[in-house]
Amino acid sequence: MTRRELFRSGAIGAGALALALRRGLGQTPARPSPDSTVADPLARPDLVQDRAAATAADNDPVIKELEHRFRCTCGCNLDVYTCRTTDFTCTYSPALHREVLALRREGKSPDQVEAAFVAKYGERILMAPEPQGFNLAGYLLPGALVATAGVLLAAVLLRRSRRPPQPAAAPAQSAASPSDAERLARALRDVED
Amino acid sequence: MTVLGQFSLWLALFAAAWGAGTAFLARWQDRPELARIITRSTYGVCAALLVAALCLWKGLFAHDFNIEYVAQYTSRNLPESYIFAAFWAGQKGSLLFWATILSIFGATAQQVTSRRHEALLPYVAGITNVVVAFFVLTMLFSANPFERLPFTPDDGRGLNPQLQNPGMTIHPPMLYLGYISITIPFGFAIAALLSKRLDTGWIHAMRKWTILSWLFLSAGITLGMWWAYVELGWGGYWAWDPVENASLLPWLTMTAFLHSVMIQEKRGMLKRWNVALIVASFLLSIFGTFITRSGVIASVHSFTQSNVGYFFLGFLLLVAILSFTLLYVRWPLLEAEARLESMASREAAFLFNNLALVGIAFSVLWGTLFPIISEAVRGTKITVGPPFFNRVNVPLGLLLVALTGIGPLIAWRKASAQNLRRQFVAPVASGLAVLAALLLAGIRDPYPLLAWSLAGFVLGTVVQEFWRGMRARHRMHGESAPTALVALISRNRRRYGGYIVHVGIIVYIVAFAGMAFRVTREVTLAPGQSAEIRSPYGHTYRLTHMGVSQYEQLNRFVSAASLEVRKDGVSMGRITSEKRQHLDSFKRKTFEPSTEVGIWSNLKEDLYVVYAGSVGGTDQATYAITINPLVMWVWLGAGILITGGLITMWPGGPAVQQRRQSEAQAGYDARLAGVGAES
Repeated sequence: MTRRELFRSGAIGAGALALALRRGLGQTPARPSPDSTVADPLARPDLVQDRAAATAADNDPVIKELEHRFRCTCGCNLDVYTCRTTDFTCTYSPALHREVLALRREGKSPDQVEAAFVAKYGERILMAPEPQGFNLAGYLLPGALVATAGVLLAAVLLRRSRRPPQPAAAPAQSAASPSDAERLARALRDVED
Repeated sequence: MTVLGQFSLWLALFAAAWGAGTAFLARWQDRPELARIITRSTYGVCAALLVAALCLWKGLFAHDFNIEYVAQYTSRNLPESYIFAAFWAGQKGSLLFWATILSIFGATAQQVTSRRHEALLPYVAGITNVVVAFFVLTMLFSANPFERLPFTPDDGRGLNPQLQNPGMTIHPPMLYLGYISITIPFGFAIAALLSKRLDTGWIHAMRKWTILSWLFLSAGITLGMWWAYVELGWGGYWAWDPVENASLLPWLTMTAFLHSVMIQEKRGMLKRWNVALIVASFLLSIFGTFITRSGVIASVHSFTQSNVGYFFLGFLLLVAILSFTLLYVRWPLLEAEARLESMASREAAFLFNNLALVGIAFSVLWGTLFPIISEAVRGTKITVGPPFFNRVNVPLGLLLVALTGIGPLIAWRKASAQNLRRQFVAPVASGLAVLAALLLAGIRDPYPLLAWSLAGFVLGTVVQEFWRGMRARHRMHGESAPTALVALISRNRRRYGGYIVHVGIIVYIVAFAGMAFRVTREVTLAPGQSAEIRSPYGHTYRLTHMGVSQYEQLNRFVSAASLEVRKDGVSMGRITSEKRQHLDSFKRKTFEPSTEVGIWSNLKEDLYVVYAGSVGGTDQATYAITINPLVMWVWLGAGILITGGLITMWPGGPAVQQRRQSEAQAGYDARLAGVGAES
């Protein structure tokens, strides 16, 4: 076989392999035509979650903001919006979402919706308590403590910095032997690093 | 195997109790000759617990479903990597994992600690043995991993699908390693108090353990964030959940300690504070386990709840009382050797840094416990979620970021006005330049503006420190810039490793602030239909639904929905999200369906797609689509932070080399002196 024949057969082989890979290994599962908007039934609909179609109201920023304020009652610790768009097995957050939509459709403002939720479910429905009454302790105590400690610390430091500098002690005759001094130097180096 | 495992647990309990008892008896009766026996007890405990751990792994891999733990957390078709990880998937296994690792750490501490700190080691052994004994006791009397069932099921329940993620094989052990390794610094602190050796010796002995523990915690927390992000599907990585908060608490106090300990080393100050921080870190690590296991506070992480939490509460209270009593008794011996002299000093900056860190820790703890406090005071149940934590902690966090930049710029003892001017000009200019650029880019949200500007300031500080150090080396040794950089870091690992850690933290802060600009959208699409979502950077993604394919894979049935992604008209490829229904080996459904998120990631943003389900059993799919800016920077920040931490604690360096040289010289001098005397 000449060199030219070898290259030619190599190129044909590589092309055939690429074609085979494209048609075989690289083949993706049969997909519907991109133009098609018909939804086919799934082979195993029982093994995938059933889900209602999303509506414009689901993406309404006011609804989203409101649902971020409310805690889902399923015990997941998430807010209603996050739960309904995350935990798709939850039945509570979609129901709470429908309640929010219904209240908004009645013409209630976000604050009125919140008041209605608190009246129905109690204060626990809110992701964060209202900053009033005892709840203020929750919001203000950490900041107040840090601020108080900071002010006290600054006052102490300022008082000390106003004191006249202490006179430097007269250099005492060192009682350390050269080996002690070396050990001390080593210890200092340890600390410095 | 269960008999051997059970026997090993009892043996470990006996050895730990004997070692701890002997340690305190030796102290009580002043019998230093018992030290070697006490030290060896840690090896015995370690060996016994390793045998117990191997027995549990044997049971897991052998599918011995007569063991309750094996039946509860594995199934025949569970992939092997998850069988391995099932060891710590449940409470009983976690306790055994904790005790085993602690015993390994305890034995290692006895081996690797320098002989200079030998006097502390029996006490350290005693403390680690007490903690191990507590864990083994809890296992034996409340959560025994070798408990047998009265029957043998044909298959196990399997592992929770959310835990069937590569992150789960590494996130919990990493976090546990962080929690567990705090016991060693705690042991050294208590040893110093008990032995009245309260100089800096105990700090030198435990320095690397502290950094190691902090690194494990940092890595564990970030891996937890990554796991939550890719597995839970809610589009974020931090939700201020009580268990997340519990992992953050010891990290904050350890970070405070790593800064304040420098003041003790340099100036002999803050001795009491440092002991208190280490004790607090240990207590908070136990508190984390109490929160996770007791179910006293609602959490998405409370996979397992039992009365074990109350064992931990009792232990927590006992250790707190004993530790702080001991600190109180030794109070006079912990007098500071110097006093703070100026507000404009690095010591003062570190003090304010400690105040901010401990303040945030208090605020997180307060918020976590506030529902219980509120219920006790008002009788009303409330929820304390992310809006509360963000409102309270973000200002404190920004203060901390500012202090991260200020601290390294101020000299020790007292900085002059000229020194302050010289140090602050470039970093402040850097921060202001970032602010101006952001304002020009049209960003008006105050928190991201402030966070990114402060990040610019801190980065300016770090760059200035490196630049000056490299310039000094260039002038003194004529080194090129890369050589000077490497030499600078390798000769001052602690200092420059610390600066690299600061860069890592700043990268985290930049990424966290980016989440203020996230965009979400929920859409339902039939095959061929498209939806658009606009990125905060201005470009638009067009996503076309390609249909749903269904197939069986490993231990699950998968429904995969795909979207073709075009960015401003340019095809970017395909993104797929899955719904997984896990099945046992008899094809029966186990657990609720779980979600696999489709994530398309780059340095700017993540396109995050969740297949929520199908409409009426067809391939018309509902998706939750999110654009999360700067998420990749969280993971990059972790990499930088861990690199810096490893540099900080890497052994060797000039100080060690010089010590070795001078020790060799001392030996040589001694021999010469001996020769001289003989002659």
